[in-house]
Amino acid sequence: MDIVVENLTKKYGAQKAVDNISFRVKTGEILGFLGPNGAGKTTTMKAIVTYLTPNDGNIRVGDYSIFENPDEVKKNIGYLPENNPLYSDMPVIDYLKFVAELQGIEKGRIKDKILQMIVTCGLEGEKHKKIGELSKGYKQRVGLAQALIHDPKVLILDEPTSGLDPNQIVEIRELIKKIGREKTVILSSHILAEVEATCDRILIINKGKIVADGTSSDLRKRSEGNEVLKVRIEEGEKNEIFKALQGLNSVGIVDFMKKDDTAYEIQTKPGLSSRKDIFRLCVDKGWILTEITPLETKLEDIFRELTMN
Amino acid sequence: MKSIWTITRRELQSFFDSLMAYIMLIAFLGFSGFFTWLFGADVFFVKQASLQSFFSIAYWTLFFFIPALTMRQFAEENRSGTLELLLTKPVSDWQVVLGKFLSTLLLILIALGLTLPYYITVASLGPVDHGAVWTGYLGLILMSSAYISIGVFTSSFSNNQIVSYLLALFIGIFFQIIFSLLSSNFGGFIGEALNFLSVSTHFDSISRGVIDTKDLLFFISLIFLGLILTEANLAKKRL
Repeated sequence: MDIVVENLTKKYGAQKAVDNISFRVKTGEILGFLGPNGAGKTTTMKAIVTYLTPNDGNIRVGDYSIFENPDEVKKNIGYLPENNPLYSDMPVIDYLKFVAELQGIEKGRIKDKILQMIVTCGLEGEKHKKIGELSKGYKQRVGLAQALIHDPKVLILDEPTSGLDPNQIVEIRELIKKIGREKTVILSSHILAEVEATCDRILIINKGKIVADGTSSDLRKRSEGNEVLKVRIEEGEKNEIFKALQGLNSVGIVDFMKKDDTAYEIQTKPGLSSRKDIFRLCVDKGWILTEITPLETKLEDIFRELTMN
Repeated sequence: MKSIWTITRRELQSFFDSLMAYIMLIAFLGFSGFFTWLFGADVFFVKQASLQSFFSIAYWTLFFFIPALTMRQFAEENRSGTLELLLTKPVSDWQVVLGKFLSTLLLILIALGLTLPYYITVASLGPVDHGAVWTGYLGLILMSSAYISIGVFTSSFSNNQIVSYLLALFIGIFFQIIFSLLSSNFGGFIGEALNFLSVSTHFDSISRGVIDTKDLLFFISLIFLGLILTEANLAKKRL
């Protein structure tokens, strides 16, 4: 089931939280929604799940519009809100039963569904405990279980791993990946490594507008431009090496690396490669070249570049 | 319809899980029993086989207890954020509001059901006006429904339970007594209008055994007004 967002605008008072954004998510795709706090991620997600009414634009989930068939949209969506709100005084099983009934699952199948969710989300040992007594990681699993219990075609997850420890993060990520194969998933996060590890496509949003859209390698290519190398040359006089490197035709800017006496950061001129020149230079001068590492532009840098003013 | 019942059941369960229901039942039966049988203008003092003294004490105990039952219904969901999760399930705002309203009403019906032994005891003491007893119960149910709908409404306003309790009492006290006190100070149309707005006027006339459409209309409009305003309040959050 595709999600189509068309010219979505949402204002809070005079302030535009989301400003005329459009995108499409295809079936089987996991879309990572990135952006600094207050960029409009949560607002967009709340609009998709019909909780907030947009001021302008339309959202369609499959064939259903959030304005015309909100109930059909709701039936097809599994939603895990930010902060994972749950009824803390309810036992896990009772809560899942409550959600299953609200989702209109037939009476005969509810028990099977609950058991299936308990296995999928690893809640075996905790099923009779009250939700309020569970640790954060298990609460998150309950949150996922309630979102998945009616086997929705679309999953909207708002910061699904926030506040979890590294092991739990990996587990939840694996779970999302596994489930996400045949569903349409949108997940938001401000942890970049997470989005890179889980998502097929990344959408970066800043101040209510989309500033980048593509796979993580797409985004890298776009911002890379020229090659950046970390070069380590030993046994030589620092300033002499610096001057010689700077003198090479293919080299643009040379910089000393911070806290590292023998390493240099070299930016190659656009369209050229300086690796061979550097090697030959070292051979000529008798310097010992111990390292040449191409520096990849990190997703963090792209993110900062796109979302800082 | 099924969704309303699902929500009602969950709310009712949560009343019992949080001990709120037991506290309310025990306190209500204790208070009303004490003043009906043991103290003040009780049955033996009045020397009539009538439940009038029970109805007038229940009228006040329910007034104070009902906001305590309704105060958490939306306030707690607002505070913890579960309302968002609930409203993004395939249920309408209206179903959520009705579900919560009905759960409290059911608890009140249980409480009133448990006072039926009073009726049986009084009936065994002397000739009882059975009609007046049943209409008295009807009056309590209608009056409770009106205050539940006010309580649910004030609960949807805030994410603080105490605020919603006090707000419900504040609005309720006007209907409970202030309008009727004021109406005696005003003559003419204003006096009559204030008198019509007073719950006690309608409650008294119903519990005396007279069911007038005017009284029914008053309670039903008050109930619906409260529920509609609650629904509007939920809708407002989405804008």
